[in-house]
Amino acid sequence: MRFLNRSAGRLSRHRRSKVAGFLLMLLALVATGTAYSAFAPAQAERATTDAEQVAKGRELFLVGCSFCHGANGEGQQDQAGQNYGPPLVGVGAAAVDFQVGTGRMPLAGPAKQAPRKEVAYNPEEVQALAAYVASLGPGPAVPAQSDYSTDGMSSAEREEAIVRGGQIFLTNCTACHNFQGSGGAMPNGGYAPTIRGVDSRYIYEAMLTGPQTMPTFSNGTMTPEAKREVISYLEALDSNPEYGGFGMGGLGPVSEGLFAWLLGIGSLVGFAVWIAAQTTRTKRTPAAQTAGHTPVEEQA
Amino acid sequence: MTDVRDESTAVERRTDGTVATGGPIADPGLPAHTWRPTDVDPAAEKRAERQVAGFFIASMLCIVAFVVSYFAFDIGGNHDTAAGLGASTLSLGLTLGLALVLIGVGVIQWARKLMSDHEIVEMRHPARSSEEDRAETLAALATGTEESGIARRPLIRNTMLGAMGLVGITPILALRDLGPLPGDSLLSTPWKAGMRVFVDVLGTPIKPSDLEFGTLVNGQPAALYDTNEEGEPLYEGVDLQVAKSKGSVILVRMEPDSIIPGEGRENWAVDGILCYSKICSHVGCPISLYERTTHHVLCPCHQSTFDLSDSAKVIFGPAARPLPQLPLTLDDEGYLVAQSDFNEPIGPSFWERDAT
Repeated sequence: MRFLNRSAGRLSRHRRSKVAGFLLMLLALVATGTAYSAFAPAQAERATTDAEQVAKGRELFLVGCSFCHGANGEGQQDQAGQNYGPPLVGVGAAAVDFQVGTGRMPLAGPAKQAPRKEVAYNPEEVQALAAYVASLGPGPAVPAQSDYSTDGMSSAEREEAIVRGGQIFLTNCTACHNFQGSGGAMPNGGYAPTIRGVDSRYIYEAMLTGPQTMPTFSNGTMTPEAKREVISYLEALDSNPEYGGFGMGGLGPVSEGLFAWLLGIGSLVGFAVWIAAQTTRTKRTPAAQTAGHTPVEEQA
Repeated sequence: MTDVRDESTAVERRTDGTVATGGPIADPGLPAHTWRPTDVDPAAEKRAERQVAGFFIASMLCIVAFVVSYFAFDIGGNHDTAAGLGASTLSLGLTLGLALVLIGVGVIQWARKLMSDHEIVEMRHPARSSEEDRAETLAALATGTEESGIARRPLIRNTMLGAMGLVGITPILALRDLGPLPGDSLLSTPWKAGMRVFVDVLGTPIKPSDLEFGTLVNGQPAALYDTNEEGEPLYEGVDLQVAKSKGSVILVRMEPDSIIPGEGRENWAVDGILCYSKICSHVGCPISLYERTTHHVLCPCHQSTFDLSDSAKVIFGPAARPLPQLPLTLDDEGYLVAQSDFNEPIGPSFWERDAT
């Protein structure tokens, strides 16, 4: 407030109210906000044109991705000939939407596998990046909501889809992602992530593009319909009650064994130690002791 | 030789309260015996008695509750009564578990409060029997051998051994009824020259253009989806399961540059598409843990790892042989078909495997 008052001049200082500076600041903020809301939609509308989106995506790409993937998405190799960042020509918009939309890219640091983490870009930026990468070479597009959403299914259709989706899932996905989709270990420190609670769109895109070490289940052999059936099976798994008690993540013998050995046997051992440590003794002696008889002698 | 067990109870209590034994160590340093409240106070003793009985009665009540909840709650119904657990599961588990725990707690309370707790010293004693016992046993054996004449009459001894040995054959012979002998069925699979590769579950043929680089397809021989003239499936029931277990394949497409063609296998791939048996050559687990970046496929059972770009050679784990490969080609309509059956019998080793 002081600097506002000072700008008004020394003479006028005593004529102004004490809150004048505050009001002036408020007015300026409101004016700026109004002006922004008036201009901002116009900018967003203009950004939807393809060429501009690609250009915006390229800018983002050069800042965030080109360090590993090369300035034109051509990929980079290290001295040993290993992929430092794989080429992105032909991976398509779907791959970008999956990798950036789940936060796997940009990679925080060199690692065996990119983990899922907080998403770094907002949806418009992801769209722009996807548009730029798609412009590098033909590849799978981001699927439409009708491809992966199971909302429109009738209950009979859904039931059929769950049964078939289950067969497809158990044949193709269970090997790595576990029979409940809980994920599992892969060679050399890699892992197949859990696919429970993941947005259907990203499940669809993962099958379509084969991120990281995962093989592709392209539309030619696994039709969009089959992919949707897998998604409805996964959705059904979420609403499937655990009749037998705690499922412990459906990780099979590993989690169940840990539970039994650490918690089960561990608490029994702890209980036994506690029993042995608890001894109440008294300094008094029984009446028989004063007469000169000990239980030991009676036993002998 | 004196019986060492006698020493174990030869304990005398000295006037200072410490315990001395008559064993090799005069005073092992056992502390003086102290008493529990239940030893000296009849009221405490009575209370402990009631406690123990109380635990046992509580256990009985739990069993009653178990029986009641068995009939009261629907199995599978009310499946998220508490913490996502069903009423039936929860109450049956809790009541039965508590009943068992209460019996255990009662027994321990009984032992610790009421059963006598005086110290007993038991000396180690040699495991060897005494000389007299040993001589006596040997003499009895010698007498038995002499009187039965088993050493003098080899005819009787040998025929008896023969008869007993032959009885052992009967259960071994009966093992044959476990099923028909496999014959040469292990040597072949449903795959034949010109049979299309179908996508498992979906049952559709595959064109190379359907497969992008990095694609994995779990495949089956087309015959499994085929019907005869009367419209009935060629394989049904057990036959279908057997055919599936032998015919399952994994089909992968990789950049043709990354393939190291095996000797005589140069034309087994179509545009970088390779086809291998899905059955691990170690003990026959179905495997499809495929990494598109390394072209390795891992068996989850025993971690055998195969390099599909290099004729599925074993690069890690207990498997002794590469996965059998199915030579591929295209038919007139451009679909992927087998050139022949697998190059060798699929699955784990068996005795007659190398005889062919």
